Amino acid sequence: MTESTPPYTIVIGLETHVQLQTETKLFCGCSTKFGAPPNTQTCPVCTGHPGTLPVMNRRAFELSLRTATALNCNIATFTKWDRKQYYYPDLPKGYQISQYDLPFSYEGWLEISDPKDRFPPKKVRIIRAHLEEDAGKSMHDEHAGKADSKIDLNRTGTPLLEIVTHPDMRSPAEAKAYLTELKLLLTHLGVSDCNMQEGSLRVDANVNLHLDTPAGKVATPIVEIKNMNSFRAVEKAVAYEAERQYAEWQETGRKLGDPGVFKRTFGWDDVKNRTHVQREKEESADYRYFPDPDLVPVTVTEERIAAVRAGLGELPAQVRTRLEGSYGLTAYDSDVIVNQGRAFIEYFTTAADTGGDGKTASNWLQQDVLRVMGEQNLTIENYPVPAAALGDLLKLVRGGEVDTSRGRQVLQRMFDTGESAEAAMRSLGIEKVDESALVALCEELVAANPKLVADVKAGKMQAAGSFVGQAKKKNPNANPGRVKDLCLEIIARLP
Amino acid sequence: MSLSRAEVEKVSLLGRLQLSPAELDLMTTQLGAIVGYVEQLNELNTDGIEPMAHAVPTSNVFRDDVVRPSADRAEILSNAPHADGEFYLVPAVLGE
Repeated sequence: MTESTPPYTIVIGLETHVQLQTETKLFCGCSTKFGAPPNTQTCPVCTGHPGTLPVMNRRAFELSLRTATALNCNIATFTKWDRKQYYYPDLPKGYQISQYDLPFSYEGWLEISDPKDRFPPKKVRIIRAHLEEDAGKSMHDEHAGKADSKIDLNRTGTPLLEIVTHPDMRSPAEAKAYLTELKLLLTHLGVSDCNMQEGSLRVDANVNLHLDTPAGKVATPIVEIKNMNSFRAVEKAVAYEAERQYAEWQETGRKLGDPGVFKRTFGWDDVKNRTHVQREKEESADYRYFPDPDLVPVTVTEERIAAVRAGLGELPAQVRTRLEGSYGLTAYDSDVIVNQGRAFIEYFTTAADTGGDGKTASNWLQQDVLRVMGEQNLTIENYPVPAAALGDLLKLVRGGEVDTSRGRQVLQRMFDTGESAEAAMRSLGIEKVDESALVALCEELVAANPKLVADVKAGKMQAAGSFVGQAKKKNPNANPGRVKDLCLEIIARLP
Repeated sequence: MSLSRAEVEKVSLLGRLQLSPAELDLMTTQLGAIVGYVEQLNELNTDGIEPMAHAVPTSNVFRDDVVRPSADRAEILSNAPHADGEFYLVPAVLGE
């Protein structure tokens, strides 16, 4: 891969399926809990037995409304469910209940930005979001064709929200940013856990290239990429596919709209780091949608839509703006904090408010709290030092009562024992050294170290560090920053 | 309007049904008769009538998100032609 600008524009649209965090399936009372033994969470309704009647899960519809509203979508006042017919063993009814021509929401947008500034902020337009049911899982024998495939229908009927964007993204980084922001929004709203390993969030990408050629603008045939198990995989798959399409175009010259050219499906291989063709033949799919006669339509009043909007609370983008405005954080820092989720945001604001400074709180949270959380596999909910207690410590650090490095020891002690900041300082024997005692100590050190003094005068600033080391030996509570400053001042006054 | 043999062939492909030439002829006649019967509706003048999404004038039927016991696995698997006690077994599915 070369670093030079490629002679094409990548055009990316994403289709995301998100499992909603409900207790039960979309049309029956079977549990949606992940990981149960196969075929223990099914019933005649979700397995499509004759004579059963699906009834819609109220919570699933409410979560969908919340999400679509947060995605700035228009909400349809009248919506219905349709049968999408196809024949596959993990779809026991022979059709999926989905939404065809009257989805409950349409035309929204999600703004993305890059804390690293690789692209300017932009709104990714959303075509529609609709509610449908998930299919079951098929397990194929590794030596395909030798043994039967096994079908587990536990997932069948789990509520899914399908969110489809316009082809508005222009780089793998933008695609990843969209997914990151979408996941943040969905977890923030409590709509989905977005766990990709458990399949709660699944992404397909539609990719092609726009090229400027002497003959005018040209587009390459569209490819849909499936099988991407992480956002990183999406980023890599799109980048790979762009280069593959460019090479293919140079070789064949085939473009979108040519006779015999149609959309192909490629799968991403995360081990080999490449895409491979899955389906090349002309789509024989003909879903023969028609309204599901078992389900009645849903109507939503304008009042209800307004109430949902009013009840959304502060969304991640607004939190970032607030952290940057009220706490003076950089875009990068606010992004790190907001990406940790609601509880972490609250922890930050409490610590910052108590400690009296946002930047200090942000530094400690990122360098100390997040690090320990990562090392010990903790969440902020079970991180043992309360936000206000950390805030108290930050206040002491800012007031010069304890220096940063000893402050870290205090935090460790608070973490280990549950003591308050002041109690932990007492336990560690830390007390602020009186300024006059500090001056006396520094004068003593300067007098005792003519060689170091000469070094400092010669501009060797490492020598100043030696004073700090000696001071800490004589009095561990001596503030290193203050010792350094004082020693330099004293030396400067020497004849 | 009647149904063409080609249309019936396509529908049988979509439904993964393998029909013999004789069965195809029979289905073309029988399905054609059904479509022809429903086609009588076209005789009605529906100008100015709002299309309906559902035959019953009801909307907003929901249930609460409360777990109910699922079916017994052995019992529900017993409805399938092949199962191994845990999974439904189907002929190997190749490709997509």
